[in-house]
Amino acid sequence: MKKLVCSILLFLGIFLLSGCGNKVTDQSALKNVHSTNTITWAVEGDKKLFSLIDIRDDREKGFDIDMAKAITREILGPKGQARFTLATSQSRIPLLKNGNVDAVIATLTITPERAKVISFSKPYFQAGKSFLVPKGSKIKKPSDLNGKTVIGIVGDNSVEAIKKVAPKAKVVAMQDYGQAVSALKSHQGDALTSDNGILYGLAAQSSGSLEVTGGTYTKEPYGIAVNKNQGPFHKAINQAIHKIQKSGEYNLLIKKWFGQVPGFNYKEMYIK
Amino acid sequence: MIHIFNNFSSQLFSGFGWTILSSFLTLIFSLIFGVLLALLEVIPNKLANKIGRIYVEIFRNIPLLIIVMFFYLIVPKYFVQIDGFTAGTIGLFLYTSAFIAEIIRSGIQSVSSGQMEGARSTGMTYKQAMRYIVLPQAFKIVIPPLGNQFVNLIKDSSILAFVAGFDLMYQANAIASVTFDTINSYLVIGILYLLITMPLSYYMRHLEKKLA
Amino acid sequence: MQTWINALSWLNFGFLLKGLAVTLFISVFAIVLSFILGSILGIIRYAKLKFISAIVGFIIDIVRNLPLLLIIFFTYFGLPNIGLRPGAILSAIIAMTIFESSMIAEIVRSGIQSVAIGQIEGARSTGMSFVQALWHVVLPQAYRHMIPTIIGQFVSLIKDTSLATIIVVPELMQHAQVIYGQNANYIVPMFAALTLLYFIVCFTLSLIGNKLNKKLA
Repeated sequence: MKKLVCSILLFLGIFLLSGCGNKVTDQSALKNVHSTNTITWAVEGDKKLFSLIDIRDDREKGFDIDMAKAITREILGPKGQARFTLATSQSRIPLLKNGNVDAVIATLTITPERAKVISFSKPYFQAGKSFLVPKGSKIKKPSDLNGKTVIGIVGDNSVEAIKKVAPKAKVVAMQDYGQAVSALKSHQGDALTSDNGILYGLAAQSSGSLEVTGGTYTKEPYGIAVNKNQGPFHKAINQAIHKIQKSGEYNLLIKKWFGQVPGFNYKEMYIK
Repeated sequence: MIHIFNNFSSQLFSGFGWTILSSFLTLIFSLIFGVLLALLEVIPNKLANKIGRIYVEIFRNIPLLIIVMFFYLIVPKYFVQIDGFTAGTIGLFLYTSAFIAEIIRSGIQSVSSGQMEGARSTGMTYKQAMRYIVLPQAFKIVIPPLGNQFVNLIKDSSILAFVAGFDLMYQANAIASVTFDTINSYLVIGILYLLITMPLSYYMRHLEKKLA
Repeated sequence: MQTWINALSWLNFGFLLKGLAVTLFISVFAIVLSFILGSILGIIRYAKLKFISAIVGFIIDIVRNLPLLLIIFFTYFGLPNIGLRPGAILSAIIAMTIFESSMIAEIVRSGIQSVAIGQIEGARSTGMSFVQALWHVVLPQAYRHMIPTIIGQFVSLIKDTSLATIIVVPELMQHAQVIYGQNANYIVPMFAALTLLYFIVCFTLSLIGNKLNKKLA
């Protein structure tokens, strides 16, 4: 027993020590990205339309990726490098907070809870929570989910959002969207909830066996996240977004990625 | 770290319970199934030996994650509906059984074959000799490695997090995504895991010394 | 049938093989590093040096009694806190090395212990020092006995690299998940391919272990 107590104390000591030292997150991110001429972005790899790994060349492709490249170019000039670190919904904020990456662009909704620990840019995309169900499902609106099992993603705020519109729904959280869709198809849940843009992408991949239903039940403005106390870097990103939206490049990207999605009115997303 | 204990005690408590339950069920069933598999491998029947061997080799040489995912994603799609906890525990049970079988088999085989012959020459049947002479001696030899396997099994039960099995690891993921305090959330469950595994492994070392 | 042909097209299968290459890369590094580090730690623990052995022993016991998933998280999210920024692959190698070293250290310690009784005194009575006795007499015998256990641990190591999918390391499991994540119909062929590929690698290593064991015995 004595040994046990000692071990636990020692174990704590090691990790308390790891809290000291020169944290990456305390250094100026803007200076860092300029000196390495690289911005390291946390992105996800399993969200069609936003950021999906292309099996042919092992590269991430989508709206988030193009935005990240455009912002990198605005901040560092045409020779600046955008490096991508793959994250899951669960790991994207820890990756930023612990200093693995400089910024996150991964369909991350701006919420008051998150804003307490990280800084958000101005919104760059307006999404809303919705449901993905097997074709022919009887679920038409959020309240139909009471007493049903809903699949969510670990680290996605839909797990909290669903409790507000369907308090009696049982939520099971999966590691990523690939697992979540497989779980839905294996009847581990009656619906999958997430942002409409992501769900349209998943529906498009399912060759007609899954559909988005019920409209949106929340508003989900996406923001780019940087660490707290990174004022200059934060400002640089906001300016870059502003420029990209002003120049019309933003609308071109919207059309490129969402122009072909059935059921999605992409023109509503245009910045005039 | 204390605040995580305070604010999420009910989640942590339930996670602890599911982890213990899954480990306990796996322990019981894989001990039974593991012994049966080991016997399949040593009885004088070529076909039985082969079946036992193939099972053990397959399950020892593929990752646990694949087995668990198979039961969570594929079995419900084509066969029968099971939830994450069940799928994870079944996967854990089939996987652990192969390791237990291997430990028991080598235990039985290390009891010298002279023992079996000696017992048979006194008029015992094969079954009796196995039951009264070989197995009791084999169990003494296999206790330390079995103990290690049980510690491994508790650690391995964290695989349930991949299939929404509500265990400690799953709860830590959930807590970390609400508090954004990753390191502390995992530290808390690290201590809870140690509370189960440390005493068990010290006891095993003690037993090992005693038996040696 | 058509699904299987599409699922295991050259494109997809090539993507899986790329993942396998990363799995092997991580495994080889972790095996070599944890063999060296684990041996050193195991010997230190056995040698009963004041304080050092006790501290090393505690650390080993803590690490080997924690789930590997936790070690992976601590490594990946912890290292940037001390100013390092390893990528996912390097983090996986470091985490596997830390975890497997503690397992190997324990195997080495109990391996030495089972041989050493009597041997050390015998060797020392011929005039050898403790270190000489350990190095020339005990260790060669101990390692001969340990080979099956150590190889078994390395097989576990290879299988356990699949857990690194949780921090999105582009290894075999992760690449399979990418493929069936984009087309849910491919899930059965992907699991078949995964099982086969892991089995081939792990079983080959097990066979090498058996051969080595027979040769030395």
